[in-house]
Amino acid sequence: MTTLVLALAITGAQILLALAMGCAAFRILRGPRAQDRVLGMDSLYIAGMLLFLTYGIQTGRTLFFEGALVIALLGFAGTVALAKFLMRGEVIE
Amino acid sequence: MTRLVPFPLLAAALFVMWVLLTGFSPGHVLLGAVVALLVSRVMLMLGPEPVRIRFGSAIVKLAALVVADIVRSNIAVARIVLFRPAEQRSGFIEFPTELRSPYALAVLAIIITATPGTLWVQHDARRHVVLIHVLDLVDDEAWIALISDRYERLLLEIFV
Amino acid sequence: MIQAPDLPLWAAIAVGFFVLLGASITLVGALGLLRMGNFYERIHPPTLGTTLGTACILIASMICFSTLHARPMVHEILIAIFVTLTTPITLMLLARAALYRDRIEGSENVPDDRIATAAVDDDGSPT
Repeated sequence: MTTLVLALAITGAQILLALAMGCAAFRILRGPRAQDRVLGMDSLYIAGMLLFLTYGIQTGRTLFFEGALVIALLGFAGTVALAKFLMRGEVIE
Repeated sequence: MTRLVPFPLLAAALFVMWVLLTGFSPGHVLLGAVVALLVSRVMLMLGPEPVRIRFGSAIVKLAALVVADIVRSNIAVARIVLFRPAEQRSGFIEFPTELRSPYALAVLAIIITATPGTLWVQHDARRHVVLIHVLDLVDDEAWIALISDRYERLLLEIFV
Repeated sequence: MIQAPDLPLWAAIAVGFFVLLGASITLVGALGLLRMGNFYERIHPPTLGTTLGTACILIASMICFSTLHARPMVHEILIAIFVTLTTPITLMLLARAALYRDRIEGSENVPDDRIATAAVDDDGSPT
């Protein structure tokens, strides 16, 4: 019983996070400007990282934690590189 | 001691990170200590400005204040997003800061940006003015007084 | 696939509550991306997800794994520290990039560049 309720709660949270990823993806597609798209990508990475963490809770495996850490790292590096590109037109000077 | 471990805080942080990532086995604790000692020495080559922190009640007070403010402004921003009140308008404010230490400025930047509803945009090192974007801008002066009373005073106490 | 770890009642309630709360806060933040009018307003709501949203889900994860392994598991704190330190950097860079582009186009709603030369540093710190 407890397990079932918990499973439903986690699945509900995953649906909410997937919706959040959908909102971010909409912002990436719609723009209107490049900085909006980059902002959408940043939110997409964060929501994806949280979704990974909920999968970790669901399966009880710590493997997902490392995946989440890697997603966070890649999201940070990607957003910084893109923001720098918007400002200067090149990433590494 | 300072010759052996030039950056004790950095070394401690690296050690804790290593142990948390690998688990508490004796081998990894030893390896983590070695890595922390060697890697923190790399910072010697960069020659950063020495950071002077006064450990005391001010740090605890600031941390508690920031956590409370993050929760409060989360609720405030959520209300703005969900209900879009008509009187809400956003804008930039210029915050004249008394902080000079780059570390204190960095901490203030993290606090202001991590609190939803305010965003640190630019710092003018010459005029000592910070450009901040505020989502719910009712009164410029009120925001400036708030930031200066709540955070800046404590940061001036912490970073001597 | 509906499944969940086998937790005692109090832990199950806490984990379920925090997971749902964190996910809802993140969703509200993402909705803000859609509903806000201009870029500088849109950049605020995602911080909901990176502060309280992340914190709630990490607390849930800590409770879950600490109960499962019967010892304190706090490695999630690494993600919390990492996200807290990196979000200001990305948002600050992004806001400055947007400001720079708006100024170049001569947009009216942005403050003018009184700090033209100082604006060259891109880390926000004084040089």
